[in-house]
Amino acid sequence: MSEKVLMKGNEALGEAALRAGCRHFFGYPITPQTELSAYLSKKMPKVGGTFLQAESEIAAINMVLGAAGSGVRAMTSSSSPGISLKSEGVSYIAGSDVPALIINVQRGGPGLGSIQPSQSDYWQATKALGHGDFQLFVLAPSTVQEMADFVALAFETAEKYRMPAMILSDGMLGQMMEPVVFPNETEIHEGDKSWAACGHKNARKHNVVNSLYIEAKDLEKTVVERYERYEKVKANEQRSESYLTEDADIVIVAFGASSRVSRSAVNAARAKGIKAGLFRPITLWPYPETELEKIVPTAKKFLVVEMNMGQMIEDVKLVVGGRKPVEFFGRTGGIIPTPGEILEAIEKM
Amino acid sequence: MANTMNVLLAGFGGQGILFTGKVMVYAALMEDKNLSWLPSYGPEMRGGTCNCSVVISDEAVGSPLVTNPDVLIAMNRPSLEKFVGTVVPGGTILVDSSTVDIKVERTDVTVYYVPATKLADENGLKGLANIILLGKLYKEKGFVKEESLDAGLQKCIPPKKAAMLDFNRKALKLGMEQ
Repeated sequence: MSEKVLMKGNEALGEAALRAGCRHFFGYPITPQTELSAYLSKKMPKVGGTFLQAESEIAAINMVLGAAGSGVRAMTSSSSPGISLKSEGVSYIAGSDVPALIINVQRGGPGLGSIQPSQSDYWQATKALGHGDFQLFVLAPSTVQEMADFVALAFETAEKYRMPAMILSDGMLGQMMEPVVFPNETEIHEGDKSWAACGHKNARKHNVVNSLYIEAKDLEKTVVERYERYEKVKANEQRSESYLTEDADIVIVAFGASSRVSRSAVNAARAKGIKAGLFRPITLWPYPETELEKIVPTAKKFLVVEMNMGQMIEDVKLVVGGRKPVEFFGRTGGIIPTPGEILEAIEKM
Repeated sequence: MANTMNVLLAGFGGQGILFTGKVMVYAALMEDKNLSWLPSYGPEMRGGTCNCSVVISDEAVGSPLVTNPDVLIAMNRPSLEKFVGTVVPGGTILVDSSTVDIKVERTDVTVYYVPATKLADENGLKGLANIILLGKLYKEKGFVKEESLDAGLQKCIPPKKAAMLDFNRKALKLGMEQ
């Protein structure tokens, strides 16, 4: 067992990226993800990697497309408004079937919003981070340890299914320090890269990494093929955690930062004799429908807790399908809910 | 109920608010406790004031943001004015009485006034009022073992500033005597 160290979530993401063999980072500064870029700017040159602060977010994401298109592990990180700027490039990455990692340390929106923690990019991450038919593999860490653990998982999954992956974090997880353990040695499981557009000294026919299809029937064929892969992702990659849900009357559904606060509220409710539980989606896409479905027959009511005006609640309602009431409690604009507020919402149900 | 201590440290930038919080969480780490440390990084920081939430607990930490502290350490007047009402009934407030010229009017909390900045200046420990207050907190709440606190100091002071370790230890002792 390795030593427990204290790190900010943003720094843990950076350290985990290095350990996952990522040697190409392209970014542009923005609060509250800055410590991640700062960490990699110091460490990346020491391992012979490339840290590049681009001239803009748009440049940075296109550098990721280029680097990842040549088969290397490449990533970028930003916060909400910066992610919006990257959306065109993300669509190109998805359309080119290139695996890459995008990290969003969310802040309040819309517009420039606030620099405080938020979860208001749920829809953007899971439904429409850019134009066209495509999905990202989206992981939502809730601890600094998960920030570290999910980096390699994101790269591996992205490579397995040739799609972009996102770690959807927020300012709270990025800025806070918590104990984290890194394994002594990280085994790197890199996916097949035989499609990559890299040098081969004429040993084979050249590969093309591209998202442009002039003929509609060609484009349809590639999109349909991509969606067949998405079905496999849905079948194989759903992740979630259930806490005290077996006998729970009221089940909170919450991810990331708000799930931590919700867990405290569940404990407080239990102490008052209320049978509360917590279902925490870890993958936001694919949504962990299978596990959530298992809770629907026994739960009496659902309470969705988010740091936004109610976005994930739509996915919960899709699974619950009107069989049980689904209510909402949220704070937005950069406000972190308190356990007391959530407990009050539970008591009102 | 789990044993949890929610601490809010607040003052001006430069008073070592974040550092003090770091020493606390490293001390807790030595004892394998659950902990979190969250600095203010928002608009309040840009106004020159600074605060830091520290949670030390036997159970997994929920929110790392401390909104109702069990312990408030206030190193300037605006911080005391802002947070005095948020401390839980029965909670503890440590005030640097050499930088804060008001008294706490609440009667449902325990307040310790320590002229930490003055003590630091008089004892050749300039800039270590924060650690004096930490020493006082240790004396009153004993939230970790003394050796863990010392180990926390060692973790937070980089080797190239080793000379600072002795000053910090002196400040910690001085605080424990208050």
